[in-house]
Amino acid sequence: MVPIISATAVTQIYGQQVILKDINLQIAPGKIVALIGPSGAGKTTLVRAIMGMITPKAGRITVLNQKMPNRQVLGQIGYMAQTDALYETLTARENLQFFGKLQGLKQQQLNQKIAQAVAVVNLSADLNKQVKVFSGGMKRRLSLAIALVAQPQLLILDEPTVGIDPELRQQIWRALHQLAQAGKTILLTTHVMSDAAQADQILMIRAGKMIAQGTVQALEHKYQVTDLEAVFLAAGRAQDAHISND
Amino acid sequence: MRILAMIRRVLLEMVRDKRTLALMFLAPLLILTLMYFLFQSSTTEKANLAVKNVDSSLIQALNQTHVKIHRVTSNDSTKKIIRNHNYDGLLEQKNHKLTLTLANVTQTKTGMIRQSLQAAQVKLRLQTAGQTISRQQVILKQLQLMLGTRTPRDKTAQQRMVPASYQLSTHYLYGSSDSTYFNTLLPIMIGFVVFFFVFLISGVAMLKERTSGTLYRLLATPIRKIEILMGYLIGYGLFALIQTLLVVVYSIFVFKIQILGSIWAVLLVNMLTAIVALALGLLVSTFATSEFQMVQFIPIVVIPQIFFSGLIPIDQMARWLQPVAKVMPIYYSAQAVRDIIQKGANLVNIMPEVIILLVFTGIFLALNLLVFRRYRQV
Repeated sequence: MVPIISATAVTQIYGQQVILKDINLQIAPGKIVALIGPSGAGKTTLVRAIMGMITPKAGRITVLNQKMPNRQVLGQIGYMAQTDALYETLTARENLQFFGKLQGLKQQQLNQKIAQAVAVVNLSADLNKQVKVFSGGMKRRLSLAIALVAQPQLLILDEPTVGIDPELRQQIWRALHQLAQAGKTILLTTHVMSDAAQADQILMIRAGKMIAQGTVQALEHKYQVTDLEAVFLAAGRAQDAHISND
Repeated sequence: MRILAMIRRVLLEMVRDKRTLALMFLAPLLILTLMYFLFQSSTTEKANLAVKNVDSSLIQALNQTHVKIHRVTSNDSTKKIIRNHNYDGLLEQKNHKLTLTLANVTQTKTGMIRQSLQAAQVKLRLQTAGQTISRQQVILKQLQLMLGTRTPRDKTAQQRMVPASYQLSTHYLYGSSDSTYFNTLLPIMIGFVVFFFVFLISGVAMLKERTSGTLYRLLATPIRKIEILMGYLIGYGLFALIQTLLVVVYSIFVFKIQILGSIWAVLLVNMLTAIVALALGLLVSTFATSEFQMVQFIPIVVIPQIFFSGLIPIDQMARWLQPVAKVMPIYYSAQAVRDIIQKGANLVNIMPEVIILLVFTGIFLALNLLVFRRYRQV
């Protein structure tokens, strides 16, 4: 099967600092992939490179069979940023309309698609409120609805569950699983291991390097541990040992 | 249509922000009105001149519309007399020697006293000359009577001797005898207030877009960078248009400003000024990380513009300073507006200025596009 996202030997350097080193990954359609790692590991840089916002110093990235960076491909990616990038003086509906149109939705499709997107994140009742009266969790959900609104092939979600209460988190995960079953591919970053455990595939990144990837079960089996956190620690120790051996 | 979505959003945001709207539409009118009153009063200003032991003929000859005379007899020192009564000057006479001491606090008043005194001396000299001539005429007449001859040639000579009194009637190409400094100022100030407010508001708006992360989010959609800029330009341009209309209409009806050229040409040039300010505001906001820092650019970017706007004639500046004016957008817009309002210039006459303003806009937009590459490289 043709992967939705494929990265080959991606390296990114800012000045002297190596942010990403020799990253290789393949993401199959219909999968939920969690990119985990401590802050400063290079998660956001990798996401930016995949979206084509930056061109890496070396390596090749293709998304939906197109070599990145490519502006048109962005129309098929639903993106949710780490910080809520919303227009506070506009209502939730106006925010959705605006981003929907930028993603290429037609005027006549807008209302229907907006209704579908807000139903997923439970914001239907708050559509006509200005965003400035929203709580942090509501803003997070609106950001997710904006990523969903154009019903894209690929969702890239940067820390989607931060500030969302457990009940709603469950609901969002159910929605993400449904989307994946419908053939959508989802790449999300997180540092919450319980979130990562719900994903089909885990990518562990640390100090700019991919230290482990695979399903939750495969990783736990490989490192002979019982949870993801232990996998991460074990893989990190292995990385450090490898570096000191160099 | 992504650009339409951009424009719609900019308009919506602006309409929701009532205070910024009020600032953009009312503040320019307030500033211009204040200036109107400030520069009206200057015509009735009088300098206070104290006189001590001065011939009454000289005092009478002094122009009383510009100078108010105070007769003093005090034996205090000159300095003390001026300081104690807050006079602008003291004129003392000893025999035929006049001594003028000036406070020189306000240069305009110093000038008024000097001019009045010079004029008075000229007047006195003419009077004396006139008296001499009429005395000579009397003697001449007596001589003629004694001789009993009067020739036509003598008559013309006589006429020539009468001091010529000219009748002066003044015509104004622009304005009237009531024109004040405000009339010179207004065409420049219209452009300046438009520039100032559009620069500030568009700069702060783009800054907010950048700091809130929405600019990055925007660029994560297939929108073209130029579409973002055009959305801003057209969206805020509409408000700038309303602002310009308000300012120009207000100037015509309230200040009774006379516009020799076409009002549409004035609007066009001011619109271009607004667009240059917009593009510059967007660009400058790149170098600021907060609204406070944006305001810090006003003394660097906006204030110098006013010095080179023509308020101080450029050709009277130091030679090395003159080229600086050429890089100021306001220099061109003020030049064009003044030519239209005061000299009746048409669109063809102001074409060079219009083109230069367009070039400024083009340069600023191109630099903005370069800046956006920091966020997305395609």
